[in-house]
Amino acid sequence: MKRIIVVGNGMVGYKFCEKMAAKAPKGTYHITVLGEEHRPAYDRVHLTSYINGTSAEQLTMAPVSWYEEQGIDLHLGDAGVSIDRENKILFTQSGLELPYDILVMATGSAAMVPPIHGVDKTGVFVYRTIDDLDKIMDYAKNVKKAAVLGGGLLGLEAAKAMVDIGVEKTYVIEFAPKLMPRQLDDAGGAVLRSKLTALGLRVHTRKHTYQVLGKDRITGIQFVDESELSLDMLVISTGINARDELAKAAGLATGSRGGIIVDDQMLTEDPSIYAIGECAVHGGMVYGLVAPGYDMAEVAMTHIIAHHLEGENKQRTFTGFDMSTKLKLIGVDVASFGDPFLTADKAQHVIYEDKVNGIYKRLNVSLDGKYLLGGVMVGEASQYNNLLQYYKNSMLLPEALDSLVFPEQKGDKPAGAGLAALPDGALICSCEGVTKADICQAVKDGHESVDALKKCTKAGTGCGGCVPMLKDLAAMTLKTMGKEVRKDICEHFTYSRQQLYDLIRLDKLSSFEEVLDKHGKGDGCEVCKPVVSSLLASTLNEMILRKNNDTAQDSNDRFLANIQKGGTYSVVPRIAGGEITPDKLLVIASVAKKYNLYTKITGGQRIDMFGAHLSDLPFIWKELIDAGFESGHAYGKSLRTVKSCVGSTWCRFGLHDSVSFAIQIENRYKGLRAPHKLKSAVSGCIRECAEAQSKDFGIIATEKGWNLYVCGNGGSKPQHALLLAQDLDSETCIRYIDRFLMYYIKTADPLTRTATWLNKLEGGIDYLRKVVVEDSLGKCLEWEVEMQTILSQYECEWKAAIEDPNIRKRFAHFVNAPEQKDPTIEFVPMRDQKRVLEWQ
Amino acid sequence: MHQTEYINSNDIKWFHACQVEDVPHNGGVCVKKGNDQIALFYFARTDKWYATQNLCPHRHQMALSRGMTGSVGEQQEPKVACPFHKKTFSLDSGKCLSGEDYHIKVYPVKVEGGKVFIGENAINENAQIDKDCLQCAS
Repeated sequence: MKRIIVVGNGMVGYKFCEKMAAKAPKGTYHITVLGEEHRPAYDRVHLTSYINGTSAEQLTMAPVSWYEEQGIDLHLGDAGVSIDRENKILFTQSGLELPYDILVMATGSAAMVPPIHGVDKTGVFVYRTIDDLDKIMDYAKNVKKAAVLGGGLLGLEAAKAMVDIGVEKTYVIEFAPKLMPRQLDDAGGAVLRSKLTALGLRVHTRKHTYQVLGKDRITGIQFVDESELSLDMLVISTGINARDELAKAAGLATGSRGGIIVDDQMLTEDPSIYAIGECAVHGGMVYGLVAPGYDMAEVAMTHIIAHHLEGENKQRTFTGFDMSTKLKLIGVDVASFGDPFLTADKAQHVIYEDKVNGIYKRLNVSLDGKYLLGGVMVGEASQYNNLLQYYKNSMLLPEALDSLVFPEQKGDKPAGAGLAALPDGALICSCEGVTKADICQAVKDGHESVDALKKCTKAGTGCGGCVPMLKDLAAMTLKTMGKEVRKDICEHFTYSRQQLYDLIRLDKLSSFEEVLDKHGKGDGCEVCKPVVSSLLASTLNEMILRKNNDTAQDSNDRFLANIQKGGTYSVVPRIAGGEITPDKLLVIASVAKKYNLYTKITGGQRIDMFGAHLSDLPFIWKELIDAGFESGHAYGKSLRTVKSCVGSTWCRFGLHDSVSFAIQIENRYKGLRAPHKLKSAVSGCIRECAEAQSKDFGIIATEKGWNLYVCGNGGSKPQHALLLAQDLDSETCIRYIDRFLMYYIKTADPLTRTATWLNKLEGGIDYLRKVVVEDSLGKCLEWEVEMQTILSQYECEWKAAIEDPNIRKRFAHFVNAPEQKDPTIEFVPMRDQKRVLEWQ
Repeated sequence: MHQTEYINSNDIKWFHACQVEDVPHNGGVCVKKGNDQIALFYFARTDKWYATQNLCPHRHQMALSRGMTGSVGEQQEPKVACPFHKKTFSLDSGKCLSGEDYHIKVYPVKVEGGKVFIGENAINENAQIDKDCLQCAS
């Protein structure tokens, strides 16, 4: 049993333990870990997220219990003070004497504090550990002006932290003439600077700090040029110093600029002592990134297993590491890979600069134009992964380089194009050293989802940058295996929504129970019930609460209203196109008053009445329907609203009557159920007051007719609608909408809005245009007829509900006391109306 | 299963909740019992009845009776999903099936002569509503 001591419990020290636990033969070794901090190793890469509420626990690599489970002795709050190399004993701060066979130095680094007078004053901090952040956050509460010393990668992270904390003015002070001098060329640094300045950071370069001003507490800093900056706080982040003092004291060789000297196996000059991570210097380099540190851990582990533990005799060497990096700094994408600085005699430059949007890209291409040698990207870096693969694998560049420089266009090419061209050895996850072959093999072994791949290969668990590639690789591999990527609705139906749609139509099924009997198993669930109900509505358009289908509806559909906090419902009558008469407004007002409802104008030009008791709903709707209203389907995955601007009837710019067209369209598609809700709008001219381009389908008047836009979205992921066809007459416009909607209803996955549907549609908008406008599938006539059939079935659901006593009686809170309302519902007054009591 | 177990038991005090036809197939209704609210469910496919507390412990809403019912797993464990945030609960054990530490009370049910009866006391009387557990939904 070999005794292994790991000095240091940072990310790399932890990774070494994890790799040993996974790969070293059990029972051949015992690990003791010393950690100087009082908490187990945590993710320092995402340290800044701590400011935004990520807890120390969430950042922890593994809890203390993990070390116990692995049989590892973990001593936190203790550090090595000296090594007796002759007798192989490590002495610790707390007085322990630990004999070892193998010592692994993973002592990491400390923040480098430059020789500036007065750095010991109150209000001066370093940015390195969670404890540092706690102190910074505490102190920054009352701070108006703070500066970060250091405009490199870490310094800008620290500056982001200051902005996140809410410091009013944050300065970045950099000694070099540009930001991120180690990663960016002059032009890239300048673009980054202007972007960060626009975001409110104050950047000073070429500033050599001389001293910290103030008596005991910082009041400012003075520069060598004698200029001064008044400050309440200073965070120093000018770089790192390898923690090599323990090794140095033990007589081990260290580099001229610090760091324990190691060979390609991570061995120091003592054959029992290894050094890994930021405390090690290899080939004259200290690597301040986590990925090379993890690689070092792997190399050291392999060597230890082969030479000390009689395990597999494998060889691995550390041969330096690519320092390519991509990160988001205060919302600005920055990437640098290979050699970004190659001059014109060594490489040809491809440069793209967009000053309007603050984008700068530079590719260094070999003189023969065949290979990519390095590059810089600021402001937009969506092509980083792609370019990195070209660089790392020395892949032949395509002749037209513009596709590599311009951002990836949506719908340009199917997902994953380019991945197939990568060699098997291509590194996909550089944090964990996982190759394309590893991932493809894992997929073949049955780990088909990203989550499964993460668990199995650990790829994507570091910085997470490769996750989109994992997804694409999984899809690609499954496809080459001839396996379709399963889109089963849930455990009760082994069909995709599209397959089930066809089956329901084929068998002319009309209730959830029939569909379950014929094509499913079990009792169904909250996932498949709404899907099947929506399909039934999309095929037959029968009143959804009949044929015992009421309990197969999502809760809102079941009660034809939107459930709100407290268990009351909201009521939205249809106000087509947003046009309403004063008399109808009076009706809404009197109903709202009578049933004590809170009223609000919705975003879709309608009026929403909140706080209705379940048992009041039929009475409320009876009054509304008697006055000429009908259901607005606000509760359904169906057409909501067709918003309109006032159009040519009143507006001096209007080209056509957008209100009339909006009303026509809303009345045409009302009650149409789809995979998700549908929103639409009609604008009377290009000023676009109805915001039609943010809708599932939007129409804008032109001199010659209507332009039809599709697949736009507001909400959490806003996306502009794309032009499907232009200068249409009203009839053609509606015909295209019919086709478009039928195609969407038939093929979209459950709860997929049109925007997401289009993003996944191979061929994108061009393909959609072929299908809808050119009828490339030859289905359009069929779809138009189908649409007509569905629409002709329309009836107001609420009218049907209140006229059917069996349905109507379901609108009671208590089955055994239908006249009583839920006594637990409480309202409180607010701005002359009411609101529901906040939930606990 | 539990209903046959309890049907002949004399230890249970039953109260008359409603008529069989008052309850929709494969869904629920809310039964008033003094100041309590009980959710009653009927699974038509298996002809089984279940009853639980009506309060969803997640956001303390009187809503479970309006939730969608269904089943999960090889054993077809019956469940209900709260309409608010789709937390699901086993109708057999009252355990939350959405990975959180909630429990709801489950009551015995029996049917006699077209009348539905619910037991006075929960089968899992010890199930506590955890009032401190207030994690944000989704």
